[in-house]
Amino acid sequence: MRMRSLSVVLASALALGACSSTDSSEGGDPAAAGNCAPSTGNVTLTYTTWIPGIDKVVKLWNDKNPNIQVKVQTGPNGNGGTYANFFNQIKAGNTPDLGHIEYDALPSFRVQDGLANLAGCGEVTAAKDQFVDWTWGQVTFGEQDSVYGVPQDAGPMALFYRKDLFEKNNIPVPTTWAEYAAAAEKVKAAGGYITNFSQSDINQFAGLSWQAGGRWFANDGAKWTVNLQDEGTTKVADYWQGLIDKKLVSSVPPWTTEWDNAYNKGNAWTWVSAVWGANSIISGAPDTKGKWAVAPMPQWTAGDAKAGNWGGSATAVFKNSKHPYEAAKFALWLNTSEEALTALNSEAQLYPATKAGAKLPALTEGVEFYGGQKIYDVFATASTQVAADFVWGPTMTSTYATASDGFKSAVSGSGTLLDALKTTQTKTVENLKSQSIPVAE
Amino acid sequence: MKNLNRVGPMLVMGAATLYFLVPIWWLVVAASKTRSQFSSTDPLWFADFALIDNLKELLAYRDGVFLRWMLNSVVYTGGAALLGTLLAAMCGYALAKYRFWGREAIFNVILSGVLVPATALALPLFLIFSQFEATNTFWSVFLPSLVNPFGVYLARIYATASVPDELLEAARLDGSGEIRTFFTVSSKLMFPALVTIFLFHFVAVWNNFLLPLIMLGEEKLFPVTLGLYTWNTQVNQIPELRMLVLTGALVSIVPLVIAFLLLQRFWRNGLGSGAIK
Repeated sequence: MRMRSLSVVLASALALGACSSTDSSEGGDPAAAGNCAPSTGNVTLTYTTWIPGIDKVVKLWNDKNPNIQVKVQTGPNGNGGTYANFFNQIKAGNTPDLGHIEYDALPSFRVQDGLANLAGCGEVTAAKDQFVDWTWGQVTFGEQDSVYGVPQDAGPMALFYRKDLFEKNNIPVPTTWAEYAAAAEKVKAAGGYITNFSQSDINQFAGLSWQAGGRWFANDGAKWTVNLQDEGTTKVADYWQGLIDKKLVSSVPPWTTEWDNAYNKGNAWTWVSAVWGANSIISGAPDTKGKWAVAPMPQWTAGDAKAGNWGGSATAVFKNSKHPYEAAKFALWLNTSEEALTALNSEAQLYPATKAGAKLPALTEGVEFYGGQKIYDVFATASTQVAADFVWGPTMTSTYATASDGFKSAVSGSGTLLDALKTTQTKTVENLKSQSIPVAE
Repeated sequence: MKNLNRVGPMLVMGAATLYFLVPIWWLVVAASKTRSQFSSTDPLWFADFALIDNLKELLAYRDGVFLRWMLNSVVYTGGAALLGTLLAAMCGYALAKYRFWGREAIFNVILSGVLVPATALALPLFLIFSQFEATNTFWSVFLPSLVNPFGVYLARIYATASVPDELLEAARLDGSGEIRTFFTVSSKLMFPALVTIFLFHFVAVWNNFLLPLIMLGEEKLFPVTLGLYTWNTQVNQIPELRMLVLTGALVSIVPLVIAFLLLQRFWRNGLGSGAIK
């Protein structure tokens, strides 16, 4: 018995990063939240990110802050290699001061005890209200006294649809998922597909489940819970399985030329996607210029106003950093100041995580490709409709991989999306256990 | 009958050639298209010819960082292949021509090194370089690229076969030092093998993608493979990059093609003349 409780303590220490904070966080001990004292003298920070054009944004800061100079390091996107590098650097003890980490990867870095808790930095906690609620939830995991990064960008979801084709065929723009399924039949009759079901990019499915009330993971401070088959998620899986069975959706692998083509040639008529999807369409389907419009995501219950999220990232400070105060100060400037947000949006089309960010001039104008529609207004509203309590698990990479395998077979007719979720649930729990991360069953 | 004997092999070789050339053909065609035509036109045939525009855009993008990457690659691979060939030649030569205690043991250790893929060594190397705070430097990629166990193996085999002991004996009697003998006599006899080693090493370093991926964060130090890969992971965000990646990939194989065209003459001569003797 004693052995067992010891191993639970060890395991939860591993799972919760700064282990000393497990016990003392209730008391609000500032040491538990990480030291955040200013350094003396000049400071040079390193910042690793794959945001294109970031050096121009950082230059704005460097010109004004001779005492805190930031050096940019870069690499491929997170899953393309930069996360692996971060993990190696955590092992070797030479991480950069700051790193770019997507929301769904933050928990795995926390489990590895790689991140500094910025709850001790007064300026960071004071900035809480500047951020859209759910983005703040993504970096705090819904806990008091935890801030594992500064929210940077968001991916609120909406419905991109081919306005011209819907009008030509007299199909009303769906506002509920039931209407969407009805529209799918009509689109099929008109010779198209309502959309392409993303069989290998599970993030879209996550966004859809998020909207429907699915909550895949939870952490009560000691143990993780895995709920890949909860009510919301099951509802979404059943719904899409129905569309797949009736052959109302195409299933081209996402992010391929073939996929671009499906949109460019008008085979797929809608895409429920995040705000950054606007640029994916512009790049992937250039021949459809002027033919698209954006509407809010279809709802499960008519009259509801709920949205999902797909993507988004934070600027995190690594635990190794010798200058957490300065690093946090830079991260705040980068993600809240109007000049930085404007520059990030124009260089890399990042959609800000702050409330004020949605009012940037570039995000309130009409977009030519979308027939001059002020599409970002739709996303700004969507961003306020994303539930704040969705938590990612610490092993998303393998969870995605398992789910994606299952989805691929479901699409090709063997098994269903629900089967895939069942397998993913089992495998995820196994995976957590194999890493000695405590799981409640 | 005689003709038939020739047709079979020609067919096989023709098929193999086609198999290897189609991807390159695809790349040439793709790099010559505009972005909108890339996805909408026949992937194996030309549309509007935009290669020159793509090249201009590639060289101008982000203050010509691509050229910097090309230069880095040439320095990493050219430098490492030259020095590495020299090291491998000297090492293989010593193992072939000198008798000393532990010679076979050393050779066997080196030989087993051939079996260890460079990929498996990248992470340990990263941890070692971290100890010296030397990651993210030119040397962190250059130094590990210098060693080439397969080159040592080739050099030893070739030195055994092509450098007669009598010749070394004669050189010694004439008063030539060992080092001088190596550079003036032996290395010339080994030249065809050295070209082979150089080519193998050049290609190995050029293609060793994981080491720079793990070691480097400073964009100015990237070799072209890593740079293009980095761009490729951002294509969804920055669509212009797609054409730049394709054009860049085409440009990046040019040095390899040049190296092979220039050196294959030596290579073939060497193999041929060795056979006659």
